[in-house]
Amino acid sequence: MRYMMLIHHDEPALAAADQKQLWQDYAAFNEALAKASGASSGERLEPSSSATTVRTSGDKTDVLDGPYADTKEQFAGYFFIDVPTLEEAVAWAKRCPSSRFGSIEIRPLLVPKAGWK
Amino acid sequence: MSSRNEAVRTAERVARESYGRLVAFLAARTRDVAGAEDALSEAFAAALRMWPEDGVPDNPDAWLLTVARRRQTDALRRRQTRSAGEEHLQLMADEIEDAAGGAGDIPDRRLALMFACAHPAIERGMRAPLILQAILGLTAIDIAAAFLIPPATMGQRLVRAKTRIKDAGIPFTVPEKEQLPERLDSVLDAIYAAYTKGWSDVGDAAPELADEAIWLGRLLVSLMPAEPEAKGMLALMLYAEARRPARRDGTGAYVPLDRQDTALWDKEMLGLAEQLLREASAGGPSGRYQLEAAIQSAHTARRIGGADTWPAILALYTHLERMTYSPVITLNRAVALAETDGPEAALAVLDTLASDRRMEDYQPYWAARGHLLVRLGRKGEAYEALTLAIGLATDNAVRHYLQEQVAKLSDG
Repeated sequence: MRYMMLIHHDEPALAAADQKQLWQDYAAFNEALAKASGASSGERLEPSSSATTVRTSGDKTDVLDGPYADTKEQFAGYFFIDVPTLEEAVAWAKRCPSSRFGSIEIRPLLVPKAGWK
Repeated sequence: MSSRNEAVRTAERVARESYGRLVAFLAARTRDVAGAEDALSEAFAAALRMWPEDGVPDNPDAWLLTVARRRQTDALRRRQTRSAGEEHLQLMADEIEDAAGGAGDIPDRRLALMFACAHPAIERGMRAPLILQAILGLTAIDIAAAFLIPPATMGQRLVRAKTRIKDAGIPFTVPEKEQLPERLDSVLDAIYAAYTKGWSDVGDAAPELADEAIWLGRLLVSLMPAEPEAKGMLALMLYAEARRPARRDGTGAYVPLDRQDTALWDKEMLGLAEQLLREASAGGPSGRYQLEAAIQSAHTARRIGGADTWPAILALYTHLERMTYSPVITLNRAVALAETDGPEAALAVLDTLASDRRMEDYQPYWAARGHLLVRLGRKGEAYEALTLAIGLATDNAVRHYLQEQVAKLSDG
């Protein structure tokens, strides 16, 4: 089953962490992930302060500074994994250094039904 | 532990003991585990709430049955017009009525219930959760927390497994002699799986689960006193549990076995483990759990008595490897081999595992590989292996320990 792992950071908590250790941990995590699941695509995003949110309702379009929701944890990046069970996806979420500075949402990818293209 | 806590624990133990016996008794007759749990759930919740305060009643079974009977009558009265659920409720009410009539003389069918929960027709990963719920009355929420599964998912899987017991005609019996060893293995594996869930994580709900697994192990030994593997498994859990206080230092850092302060080991528990192992070995041929317990016994003798038991440990692992063909055992054997024949020989064994895909995300493999390469002075490869081990670690204390090993690598 393919899962998208959506990383949400508590940005102040992340900023307060030992950065050198954090990125060393991330490098180790990425290597382990690559070893276990082959080349895995994932991306990191700039902080939520850089976000722009567009919302259209009827004829009116609002373009706003900032993320779509003002929550404690902000969407910060994602990666994909392909594992047989949810248990293994949870193990990968636990391994991800970001899980210590926020949360990781695990979402199975929609499998298109036959006939959909 | 305060006396208040102790009272709570005692009450809980008795309530679980009685609850499990009653669920097993009712379910063995109807094959309806969920129905038996439903019938007793409110009474059990009331017991957990009231007994710590009011004390444990003289006849816990009768207390639970009386409360359950009252609820069943209420439920029947409320639902009198709905026939679908009523039939089931009536059946359970009759069962409870019968049991209460027998006044305190409930046959212990928990062994049969454990065999039903660990039946080959039940998905392997659900056997331990099912036993924890049916025998001990743990909630899906508690079990989900220990197994790192969302509570709703765990709840659904438990319901499905119970439906399967009912629909697939899984028998509530202790298997006959020919089938017994294999079927007993499933029961032992399920209980041991519950223990390892409680072992790998320090803190949280996990240590409680280790206690529950040990309790189940004791129950199993008391119900099957002639079965050496049941004793072997209980011994194995007790060896591990006795070392728990020494597994972390004051700052919460991981302490490997060879650096643990043996003064912190629970000697009484180790004594009990030794005794169980002796009894198990006297009782017949060696099984997997007896061998693993014997290995832990040899580690204990090595650390406490100072004897070099590495050759014995290696021999036991070699035996175990032939029995199980498990790459995890091969890995452990290699670690023992490093102590008797040196790191080079051990690394050669690890190389035979390198093509096994299961090792790719198996953290202990990379940690062991890293440590052997450090001893051989092959720093670059050691760094790579330890880095993978760090990336695969799910336990913070273990991660920090590995980070220290990597830091030492670049210092020295």
